[in-house]
Amino acid sequence: MGVFESIGRGSVERLRGFHSWMSFLGETVVCAVTALIRPRQFRLRDCALAFQRSTFDGLPISTGIGFLLGVILAFQSAAALKQFGVEVYISDLLTIALFRELGPLVTAIILAGRSGSAFAAEIGVMKVDEELDALTTMGLPPVRFLVLPRVVAAMLAMPVLTIFAELAGLIGGAIVLDMMNVPNVVFWRHVTATANSFMILLGLAKGAVFGMLVGLIGCSSGMRASKTSDGVGTATTAAVVGGIIAIAVSDGLLAVLCYIWKI
Amino acid sequence: MENIIELEHVDAGYPGKVILRDVTFSVRRGEVFILLGGSGCGKTTVMHHLIGLNPVLAGRLTVAGLEWSRRTRAELFRKIGVMYQSGALFGSMTCLENVMLPMEEFTRLKGKDRREKAMALLNDVEMADAADRLPAEISGGMRKRAAIARAMALDPEVVFLDEPSAGLDPITSSALDDLILRLKNETGKTFVVVTHELPSIFKIGDRAAMFDKARSGMIALGSPQELRDWSDDPFVRKFFNRGESHG
Repeated sequence: MGVFESIGRGSVERLRGFHSWMSFLGETVVCAVTALIRPRQFRLRDCALAFQRSTFDGLPISTGIGFLLGVILAFQSAAALKQFGVEVYISDLLTIALFRELGPLVTAIILAGRSGSAFAAEIGVMKVDEELDALTTMGLPPVRFLVLPRVVAAMLAMPVLTIFAELAGLIGGAIVLDMMNVPNVVFWRHVTATANSFMILLGLAKGAVFGMLVGLIGCSSGMRASKTSDGVGTATTAAVVGGIIAIAVSDGLLAVLCYIWKI
Repeated sequence: MENIIELEHVDAGYPGKVILRDVTFSVRRGEVFILLGGSGCGKTTVMHHLIGLNPVLAGRLTVAGLEWSRRTRAELFRKIGVMYQSGALFGSMTCLENVMLPMEEFTRLKGKDRREKAMALLNDVEMADAADRLPAEISGGMRKRAAIARAMALDPEVVFLDEPSAGLDPITSSALDDLILRLKNETGKTFVVVTHELPSIFKIGDRAAMFDKARSGMIALGSPQELRDWSDDPFVRKFFNRGESHG
């Protein structure tokens, strides 16, 4: 294959991928709007099941990682702040870092690894087993039946997981500071003085956006899985990698917007 | 007898890849029509055109009075029922819930009536005892029976069965053939069956269309007995003689 031919084929492939992604996105938006107008069309039971799997089953790992994040951040920042005798400000640093940035970011990466990949695998296996074809020929759009409940579940799961991860992170920080002779009362007084409801809501809203992206990318990877033996594996990898990239890019964009809007 | 499916000079395949050219045949209302051929010859591809999964590449295709187009696709889905090779039951739902699903979405039946109708369908396919079991908890043959019940849930005009005997032992396969024949006689519905199992073809098939990969087209049309006894085509003779090309 010549250079120009391979560039051409690659470009066409990319354009096809973009076209299929945009079609998927469009169909999802249409289904979401339709579900808002006719709530009976929304598969509440499937959404509840996906929410339970994403939230309750994912809670131990996201809380555990959140706790370790708090411990690590506290230790790392203590090394610098101790030189100035202001270890107490570690609590302020932890509060801002966890609520504004690291809480939603780390939780979303965990969600991409757990639920994004699970969505891709579930839908990919359904595709291999012809269940997507069965839905189509029954006149049930797979996007309404499979994608929308999972995306909504991921969007709702993220704020719940995030708040638990943030609290666990703060507890981790409190334990470290207690070891450095900063009393817990002082730590929590600084936390409550630094945190405000806007900051917390901003972090949770970011989490919901990340959850939506993880859900969309996980489901779209599953829907586009090839019907071969390694198709589901490839889809699962694509869901995790794509999810993490989307989280990073959207986090960057949100950071720029927050800077422009001075929030 | 009235034709319920008509294909006129249809090219079957996928956009950019034609597998079978110039396919022309019709299916009569109330018969069991077999799509026949060796592995990979394109018979499932033809079925995918008939059930509206793939767009027609060329020619004219009419199913239950609807000429295939993107606009008629949704209407077509209401007139057909499909049993896929693996059964394609939804794993998170019991057999009963699987059968109730199309009714839930497309009928105004109340919960109790839906349940009663679904149980009656499962009873028809001798699956009433397994109504509350998940697909993973039942055998392949039972999954296919439940899938037939689901395919008939909306009282379709045509029922498509993709390789119903695949992966089943001869006894289960024969019992499934008996079921198809019984349903055909009791309901008068049209069945289109994709298969290459010779015993099934002779037991249930009223007529068959045979496809050949090498010639990219349909090579024979008629009753299974006619194809076996009267065809001059060497491939058809070889197929019915289980690969031995004598006579």
